[in-house]
Amino acid sequence: MKITTRFWISLVLSVPMLIEMLLMPLTGWMLPGGQWTMLVLTTIVMALSAGPFLQSAWASFKKHHSNMDTLVAVGTATAYLYSIYAMATGKQVFFESAAFVITFVLLGQVLEERMRNNASNAIEKLVDLQAKDAEVKRNGQFVKLPVDQLVLGDEVRVKPGQKVAVDGEILSGSSNIDESMVTGESMPVKKQVGDQVIGATINGNGTFTFKVKKIGDDTMLAQIVELVKKAQNSHAPIQKLTDKVSDIFVPVVLMIAIATFLIWYAVVGVNVANALIFAVSVVVIACPCALGLATPTALMVGTGRGAKMGILIKNGEVLETVNDIQTVVFDKTGTITVGEPKVTDIVGADKQVLKVAAALEESSEHPLATAIMTVAKEQKLAFEHATDFQAIEGQGVAATVAGQQAFVGNEKLRHNYEMSAKLQAEMTRLQDEAKTVVLVGLNQKVIGLIAIQDAPKSTSKEAMAALKSRGLKTVMLTGDNQRVAQAIANEVGIDQVIADVLPQDKAEQIKQLQAQGKVAFVGDGINDAPALSTADVGIAMGSGTDIAIDSGGIVLVKNDLRDVDRALALSKKTFGRIKLNLFWAFIYNVLGIPVAAGVFYGLGLTLSPEIAGLAMAFSSLSVVTSSVLLNQAKLSSKVTMDEA
Amino acid sequence: MIKIIVVLVGLAIIAFIAWWFFGKHEVEEGTADLSADQQSIDVEVLGGYSPETVVLKQGVPAKINFTRKDPSSCLDRVVFPDFGINQELPKDETKSVKIDTSKSGEFEWACGMDMFHGKLIIK
Repeated sequence: MKITTRFWISLVLSVPMLIEMLLMPLTGWMLPGGQWTMLVLTTIVMALSAGPFLQSAWASFKKHHSNMDTLVAVGTATAYLYSIYAMATGKQVFFESAAFVITFVLLGQVLEERMRNNASNAIEKLVDLQAKDAEVKRNGQFVKLPVDQLVLGDEVRVKPGQKVAVDGEILSGSSNIDESMVTGESMPVKKQVGDQVIGATINGNGTFTFKVKKIGDDTMLAQIVELVKKAQNSHAPIQKLTDKVSDIFVPVVLMIAIATFLIWYAVVGVNVANALIFAVSVVVIACPCALGLATPTALMVGTGRGAKMGILIKNGEVLETVNDIQTVVFDKTGTITVGEPKVTDIVGADKQVLKVAAALEESSEHPLATAIMTVAKEQKLAFEHATDFQAIEGQGVAATVAGQQAFVGNEKLRHNYEMSAKLQAEMTRLQDEAKTVVLVGLNQKVIGLIAIQDAPKSTSKEAMAALKSRGLKTVMLTGDNQRVAQAIANEVGIDQVIADVLPQDKAEQIKQLQAQGKVAFVGDGINDAPALSTADVGIAMGSGTDIAIDSGGIVLVKNDLRDVDRALALSKKTFGRIKLNLFWAFIYNVLGIPVAAGVFYGLGLTLSPEIAGLAMAFSSLSVVTSSVLLNQAKLSSKVTMDEA
Repeated sequence: MIKIIVVLVGLAIIAFIAWWFFGKHEVEEGTADLSADQQSIDVEVLGGYSPETVVLKQGVPAKINFTRKDPSSCLDRVVFPDFGINQELPKDETKSVKIDTSKSGEFEWACGMDMFHGKLIIK
């Protein structure tokens, strides 16, 4: 039977007894059938809802283990069995205590199960990226075969738009390949004979053949899968405080209960029934259902509030770990920056420079051309169409515009075009800012410059400042070269730059940083998945790939880096509330036990089992209330809090 | 007189609880059945793992077959952190976990909540 079903059964059957308990002191209303009805209701609860607790408690008892189930089982079974005895001998019964305890414990488990089911399926999605088949040369002919039939040294043909099946080296042809899913680099990479290609990347517009160099578990994709798997599982869920406690707590409570009975019976000299009541009260009040509710309820409220803010927190361990974070590492492309190159500066006569550039780049698909065309379209620029196109590999484009010779490209394409000293100086300045500079030439003269850069998001700077004010160290991890990375880092205010990092080495870099303390990693690409899983807390950008999102423990839906700080603030608050809840729940138990044992009998302070049951219900209620209040708690963060 | 007996019985129960939960106890150990090119062992999941320690021979492909009979949701996953395995264990179904035995040594496994533990010895 599912936990949810067991919960509903015990809830529905407990409600009549709860009503009686509340109404009786006021109106004297009793359940029809009185104790017999209670016996029947509780017996059903004990058999169906509590059965598995008893079973599990017995099974672990045989193996010398005890857990929460043990206490629940002993407490409820004692209350139940004693009530039957009390009913037979005409004493006060407390069937409802047994039923309530079961209901509260199951409520806690239902909530907890809901949280745990958000387990990630990053690995399945990664495996889905793998190409299913490939065109392989067999007996001089290209035939389509499933990928698992490829062998080393096979020659594979890749047509435009197809996925590269496995890792290899290009034998003939050339193309632009979109490797973003593996390397995170947004621009397609030019590949020609002798270059390495990576499985699962997508071919652009050329056709090429390559020699298979790695298959099966040796491919880069398979290795990323392996890294993610290991990283996910080595984060064995942190042993929960309640579980640690229960290993010692449970046997100790049982011993105290027996000691209580012995002292009352043998030393004080009351009768068996009264001595038993004290003992049962001890077991009932020790029942840790408030402890069980403390964590899941606070998690539900905290993560619910996060969801409203566009911050998805996947599990409780993340909240706990966030408190110890000392370093926050960021991926560059797509995380700190927008992820698309944009025109940042135009030098020279703006309109004319852009007109010439647009005319030449109109039909080009180069990413830099896309950036230029975006600006031209934004400005609704009318430009003439160029003729006599000449695309020069690795240099740019030359053509004729309105009868005049023109070019757009780098220095190499300038040839004998004149260039003023002022433009020269500007070009050096822009290059020092780590921007890609293209020259625009017309009629034997360089008329202007266009600078292009993958610019930082407008919110990145504020986000870094907020993290720093928390005393955290910020690090940028990128495959880009040192100069470009440093320029971006200076602009947004990052403490440390680790550049020229190969995609597969990102996780390794995180491990090195972990030597100095707990690390959070913020990223968005498939290549970030191992790093996201390796870091103590993985934070994925919502715009990122599914795999990155699945690998992260926190997902920022709005792609706003300021949410990193908000997520930290929320996590800290929620975890603080969990600790507070556990403290109160625990205090109830610890203080309740001596009272229930009758230590304060002389002062007239005692707990009968049903009052013990009620006290326990109140402790659960106070824990739930404290969790719900988390919705109103103020979060402390430097960045503005806008909640939808 | 009857009081003395009750007290003695009570103290005996307390002593028993202390010994039972806190004392040192032998753990059940099992060695995998070896055939020509593979080995396998069945582990029952009920209030823990039986056997709790599994011994495998190095270099022979191995399978551990887990059957969960315990209704507790604590035990619904088995995790081998060193091998990157996190296997769900639906109740009353047998799920096999393949173990890479190329390296010898002692490894831990645990339930999804890290409460119950088992030991894997490859030699």
